[in-house]
Amino acid sequence: MSKIAIHAIYDDEEPLMETAKELRTKGIKVKEVFSPFPIHGIDALIGVPRTRIAICAFIYGITGMSLGTLMMWYMNIHDWPTDIGGKPSFAYYMNVPAFIPITFECTVFCAAHGMVITHFLRSWLIPGAKAKNPDPRTTDDKFLMIVETNEQDKNSIETLLKNGGATEISFK
Amino acid sequence: MNNLNYIFTKKTKNITFGLMAIGIISIVAGFITDHAPEGVSHDDYHKTRFWANLLVNGWFFMGIALLATFFMAVQYAAEVAWSVAVKRVYEAISSFLPIGALIMFLILLAGQFHLHHLYHWMDPEIYVKTLADGTPNPKYDAVITGKGAYFTPWFFWLRAIVYMVVWIIFQKGFIKRSIEQDLIGGTAIHYKNISKAAVFLVFFAVTSSTSAWDWMMSIDTHWFSTMYGWYAFAGNWISAMVVIMLMVLFLKRNGYLEQVNENHIHDIGKWMFAVSFLWSYLWFCQFMLIWYTNIPEEIIYFQDRLHNYGYMGLMWTVFFMNFAFPMIMLMSRDSKRNYFFLLSVGLIILVGHWLDVFMMVMPGTVHGNWHLGWLEIGMALGFVGLMLYVIHSALAKSPLMVKNHPYLEESIHHHV
Repeated sequence: MSKIAIHAIYDDEEPLMETAKELRTKGIKVKEVFSPFPIHGIDALIGVPRTRIAICAFIYGITGMSLGTLMMWYMNIHDWPTDIGGKPSFAYYMNVPAFIPITFECTVFCAAHGMVITHFLRSWLIPGAKAKNPDPRTTDDKFLMIVETNEQDKNSIETLLKNGGATEISFK
Repeated sequence: MNNLNYIFTKKTKNITFGLMAIGIISIVAGFITDHAPEGVSHDDYHKTRFWANLLVNGWFFMGIALLATFFMAVQYAAEVAWSVAVKRVYEAISSFLPIGALIMFLILLAGQFHLHHLYHWMDPEIYVKTLADGTPNPKYDAVITGKGAYFTPWFFWLRAIVYMVVWIIFQKGFIKRSIEQDLIGGTAIHYKNISKAAVFLVFFAVTSSTSAWDWMMSIDTHWFSTMYGWYAFAGNWISAMVVIMLMVLFLKRNGYLEQVNENHIHDIGKWMFAVSFLWSYLWFCQFMLIWYTNIPEEIIYFQDRLHNYGYMGLMWTVFFMNFAFPMIMLMSRDSKRNYFFLLSVGLIILVGHWLDVFMMVMPGTVHGNWHLGWLEIGMALGFVGLMLYVIHSALAKSPLMVKNHPYLEESIHHHV
């Protein structure tokens, strides 16, 4: 059976959230919501799983920390031992306080950039990418909810969306 | 809306009395048994270990109440909504401030009357260059004499009294208006709180630093650090946040604070995490700059704490307990919502910061004659008992949930 995507446009986020709640209790899955601003609590409502970006950030941070440490060890200990505050500098651990700020910066640098790049790749927001937004008005003042369904349930969902306050409904 | 009124049960009361009894026994026994170590004459000793411990506890526990007051003022001044649901908890913690300040005041007063010698600069003889008979005074200290204007007794006492009195007036005022708001309602009290909080924060911005210089940094009189005030402030702040967290968890566990949910606890957890970092940052800033430049008059502070008197193990333990441990343990979202996690991490951080204050006081007072024995632990437990007694009594005095606060509704629906 072929799938039908119902696009419902709302003027406000409140009726959209109420409808999404109702659909959820009926066991109908909302495929996607497009909104001009982030709606607090919508991700849980439409069943978006919790982001795993924190795990990525942690891994990138550890990577940055290691790279920074390696860099400083090579530059200031191994290749050209640097005199730091008149202290012997032939071991990394003896100079650790001097290296902490740079370790920190490298960690933050890699974690932040890694997160941004991951986010862009994962959401495919690279330069030249085609906009996924089906209706440009959702970047201004309209809210769009997409519900995927089949021929059989089409009409019942349509009335449900209409009753919930949808101002326009179209089928794709 | 059940359980609005906290009942200070007999069992809890007995626990606090028990702790206080341990404290009193430790104080009395400590005073009697604290003798000069080998190589120090009895007249020069002044029961330093005993008094230094009083100072550690006096500062640490007053700091918790003081920073709870500060936190209260921040919540007012920034018009924070989420924390309204736990408002009564930090109000109760701040109510220890008058007693804490009084204890601190008595410790300072004892120094002025030369019952102890924690503050070297309180000795008037070191300011005299030549004795009456014209010979140079062997006790004369040129460096401290240079700081003499700041340490003049009348100026020192004026400052001490002004800090404490103003802090307590503001703290009492906040509590009074909070109760008034329950009865009267409206927004007038709310706006008054905002402006009072702003004034308090300005006053506190200066006095948090200067009080730390006066009462803690002046132990190492020759040494100074511009970071010290903030470092001491951050240490007190994290202790206060942990106590707020522990009290909220305690009340939740006993069926109170129904409207406080994991979102509020998550936010207090974020504060714990953030302020831990603030403390680590300031601790490290102070340490790194002094370590890096390696100037004798500055490095002596860390020489005493690392190499001279055998504190090195404790010093690094404190740093890792208060930095790496909370960082790793409180990093994830789930850990900030887990009762067992927060309880154990909170207790460890609290002990860590008590040890941090220990490290601030001991190397400059008892030097190598330091112990972490029954005297130290017993006295700290006594203070814990006293503080818990005051907090629980304050909790029992007023309803656990405020009424008529403009942000109450928002706080109840807080969601992160």
